[in-house]
Amino acid sequence: MPHEANGRVIEFENVGLRYGLGPEVLQDVTFSLAAGSFHFLVGPSGAGKSSLLRLMYLALKPSRGLITLFGRDIATTPRRALPALRRRIGVVFQDFRLLSHLSAFDNVALPLRVGGNREDDVRKHVIELLSWVGLKDHVGARPPTLSGGQQQRVAIARAVIGRPRLLLADEPTGNIDDKMAFRLMHLFEELNKLGTTVVIATHNEALVERVGHGCLRLDRGRFAVDAGDQGVSDTRAARPAGGNRDRLYPSNAGDAA
Amino acid sequence: MLNPRTDLPHDRDSHGRFLPWIIAFVVFLASLALAGMLFLDSLAAGWERGVSATLSVQIPASGNEADDDRRTNAALIALRTAPGVVRADLVPAERIAALLEPWLGPATAAGELPLPRLIDVEIVGDADVAELARPLQARVPEATVDDHRVWLDRLVGLVRAVELLAGAILALMSAATVGTVVFATRTGLAVHQDVIEVLHLIGAQDVYIARQFARRALAHAVRGAAAGLGLAVPTLGAIVYLAMRLEPELLPELSLSPARWSTFLVVPLAAAAIAAVTARLTVTRSLARMP
Ligand SMILES: Nc1ncnc2c1ncn2[C@@H]1O[C@H](COP(=O)(O)OP(=O)(O)OP(=O)(O)O)[C@@H](O)[C@H]1O
Ligand SMILES: [Mg+2]
Repeated sequence: MPHEANGRVIEFENVGLRYGLGPEVLQDVTFSLAAGSFHFLVGPSGAGKSSLLRLMYLALKPSRGLITLFGRDIATTPRRALPALRRRIGVVFQDFRLLSHLSAFDNVALPLRVGGNREDDVRKHVIELLSWVGLKDHVGARPPTLSGGQQQRVAIARAVIGRPRLLLADEPTGNIDDKMAFRLMHLFEELNKLGTTVVIATHNEALVERVGHGCLRLDRGRFAVDAGDQGVSDTRAARPAGGNRDRLYPSNAGDAA
Repeated sequence: MLNPRTDLPHDRDSHGRFLPWIIAFVVFLASLALAGMLFLDSLAAGWERGVSATLSVQIPASGNEADDDRRTNAALIALRTAPGVVRADLVPAERIAALLEPWLGPATAAGELPLPRLIDVEIVGDADVAELARPLQARVPEATVDDHRVWLDRLVGLVRAVELLAGAILALMSAATVGTVVFATRTGLAVHQDVIEVLHLIGAQDVYIARQFARRALAHAVRGAAAGLGLAVPTLGAIVYLAMRLEPELLPELSLSPARWSTFLVVPLAAAAIAAVTARLTVTRSLARMP
């Protein structure tokens, strides 16, 4: 098992991302997250929040820069070692990505089954969690027959069932009424208290204010950290301006917030 | 086994439909080919056991009974003293007459036709026939030696060639099964790309996904193989029944031992195993090429 180097779950260094031959949708992103910290990722639509999360859950490789996850350099990690890393990350996708042919139960059970858990353990945990998110009566329902908010809760249950070390949620409260939203935030905080690092991308500034915690801000692919955010270090700020790395990418030199 | 739990959608559309049919067809044909192979094999083995160590010596009728008797006796002595001969006996005239009667009519039985003399010779298995016949040829130049092994070898050679052909058909069938499963699995991978991506992101190893495809291919193959065997058994039964009515002498060759009959179970089992293993390898190979 790789260790979280110097208490950092994830580190980005001068990461850039472009889709195909398009423009860079993320530029020079540098930060690291302390193990057990809790963050919101905010920014206007199209700023690159989902893209940043995709890099974090290893759905994409960066076009440039260095990503270290649980102390491992992703670029040099062999393909066969990636599933074990991914199993330590829980993801709530913005579009849920539930498997529409499987029941809510089977969707939530996936991470446990993939991890090779025994079927009776799987059963117990999945039922318990689905009850907790208020879907006790919809255990056998297929996602297309559920409301948007119900699907979202299935997606959240699937993300947290495996007790991930890192939880990444993309607009996890978008389709949910405020009461359920705070209930789910509470679930994320409970997980966080158990040591899981949490990153939640959201538009919902009201939620951010009410729950507290630090903010990572993205604007048109550029990254900034709110002064109030504790667990994050903008490693770039610690370096002398115009250092080696900045000179490698002159177009961004001196852009540090 | 027929409906394994899987994270993949049920696809009644593409490969889910045609794979069992193709497997059924392949198992049916392969069972027939195997039956033919087993039958020919036991037939050839029977022949080899029955005739390989015998030859017959013919002394043509000269028209003079006393001459023929003298030559026959000389031939018998020459044969019985030759190395490698186990036994040499004169075939009684009545038996020769009986053998010829269907062709020549009752005249032969009445002794109206001059009959050749036949000596039935049993030799040790690896005896050199030319060497053995030399003293005979020296004493009775008219005698002709009919080595059964010559034509038998040709016949057995022919049977073996047909067996090889049946074997080649079995090999082609296996190749066809592999090709079909590879194609069906590739199609399945393409169709379920989104599901596979989600499984990957959740942390599924390639083998986890491969196992699901293999389980499904196995279920399809078992279904198809059962149908193919179910069709082959009555077909073979009908062929055996007809053959026994038309050619009752074949009876002993056709009644295969239970051990041989059980080899038919190998065909569907092999088809199912080939399908499952092929699906698994196809998936692991295709996924390894994915990022
Ligand atoms: N698969 C893709 N291919 C090409 N471009 C993409 C792709 N996904 C996102 N983009 C582009 O990347 C930029 C950032 O998109 P992203 O989805 O990361 O934004 P976001 O901050 O999550 O927005 P939202 O708040 O609306 O979800 C956008 O300009 C978008 O057009
Ligand atoms: Mg987004």
